[in-house]
Amino acid sequence: MLEVTDLHAYYGKSHILQGVNFNIQEGEIVSLLGRNGVGRSTTVKSIMGEVPPQGSIRFRGQEIAGLPAYRIAKLGIGYVPENRDIFPTLTVRQNLILGQKSMRRSGRWSIEELFRMFPNLEQRADVPGGVLSGGEQQMLCMCRTLMGDPELVMIDEPTEGLAPKVVEQVGNLLREIADRGVAILLVEQKLNIALRVSSRLYVMGHGEVVYEGTPTSLKQADAVRAEWLEI
Amino acid sequence: MLDVFLFATLNGLVTGLLLFMLASGLTLIFSMMGVLNFAHASFYMLGAYFAYSISSYLGFWIGLLLAPVIVGILGALVERYGLRHVHRHGHVAELVFTFGLAFLIEELVQFFWGRDTKNYQQPDILDFPLFTLFGQEFSAYRGFMIFISVLIFIGLYYLLTRSRIGIIIQAAITHPHTVASLGHNVPLIFMGVFGVGSALAGVAGVIAGPVLTTFPGMAVVLGSIVFVIVVIGGLGSLAGAFIASLLIGLLQSYAIASDLGMQDLLALLGVSFERSHPLNDLWTLTLPQIAPILPFLLLVLVLIFRPTGLLGKREE
Repeated sequence: MLEVTDLHAYYGKSHILQGVNFNIQEGEIVSLLGRNGVGRSTTVKSIMGEVPPQGSIRFRGQEIAGLPAYRIAKLGIGYVPENRDIFPTLTVRQNLILGQKSMRRSGRWSIEELFRMFPNLEQRADVPGGVLSGGEQQMLCMCRTLMGDPELVMIDEPTEGLAPKVVEQVGNLLREIADRGVAILLVEQKLNIALRVSSRLYVMGHGEVVYEGTPTSLKQADAVRAEWLEI
Repeated sequence: MLDVFLFATLNGLVTGLLLFMLASGLTLIFSMMGVLNFAHASFYMLGAYFAYSISSYLGFWIGLLLAPVIVGILGALVERYGLRHVHRHGHVAELVFTFGLAFLIEELVQFFWGRDTKNYQQPDILDFPLFTLFGQEFSAYRGFMIFISVLIFIGLYYLLTRSRIGIIIQAAITHPHTVASLGHNVPLIFMGVFGVGSALAGVAGVIAGPVLTTFPGMAVVLGSIVFVIVVIGGLGSLAGAFIASLLIGLLQSYAIASDLGMQDLLALLGVSFERSHPLNDLWTLTLPQIAPILPFLLLVLVLIFRPTGLLGKREE
């Protein structure tokens, strides 16, 4: 459903993405791995139109490179940014309402249903988003994107800085999303969660994809892990 | 004494609410763009002139409805085809653009309507005293100004805090990228806010025109005070702008109504001067005389003692 071909991106004069190639099929969980600074976040941002992309990005057959972010979102790509970007003065409920793209269309997810899945968000429905804990903010941010009923969700480092119990919750939500036929592009640094949930993985290094495989094959590829992933 | 105080308060309220109608739009637009719109008061002037022209054919009430709509559309067009292009070149370019626009509008107003004061009158139906107290009349038109302002602010408050579009606007001001990635057309939202802000200034012009006179300098006269207000209130703070608007409105009104002067102050201190003293003009200054200076004096004091304004946040 997503086909990225020879994607280049620049921050000022520095050439961050130097020809990234990968694809995601319908309903798949795909992980994008790699160390800090290899261009994983930039890849996601340029798909979303936040960093100007060069090259081809096709979503369900349509070229989306260069479209404004809101058009890309409306086509069905959801994005959960790394910094979470909860609107601190708006309540939890208002944050979720913001995720809806229109008032009429209801998709796979509703506020009531998301509250059932995360009772602590329901308890704090009318509390400003800024006072939530890091884990709650991550859940809220993911739920907010789901309210827009995307066909593909790109999630940037959802488990960063979270307690093991909350990481577990994130993992469960990822499976729940995939069970409903929504594809996921997971940007991660932690190998264990990526290996547990993904159907396929890409490893990035120096602005390009250096390895493609399955969790089983990556577990056996000691050389790849040593060169591109382990610190 | 009580009658003077009461009427000064009412008149201060009228001025304060009128000022806030301009200051609220200016504050919203500032929060979005990060730049003060120097042409904001020009939209206020356009509101008065459009309403004057429309009212001479179709009456005051049609003018009250139509003029703000026309001004709002003009504002939206200025954002879409002017500011949005200039935005790429940074804040200074935007500032200069709005500055130039203010001059352009002033010249155009003089070109089409002339330099003289227009005979823009309040409607006959509101030309009666609303009530008479202590032998003084309070005009129905001033009561109507208070009514319209309060009505608009209640509507605006509910729109901004309770409605879905208000939630989107609030979020778009602080986190435009995130709001865009949730599927909302942020440039369109900004154009809308600019248009509504301009329309609010237009409404202020329509209702102030008959009272404060409709002439080509009206934008400069009120505009400078509105800038004082948004700075005193704290740039970007709606609540701050509201407090500062009422503060300035009341302060000016009390100063004009009082008959206190330097002489009274000096008499309190037991000092008096001969009439023939060379600085006699200074010793006989009265509060009504210095009333127009007070907002700027307050601005200087606030900038010295509280540079972020009353409710402003320090920039990170």
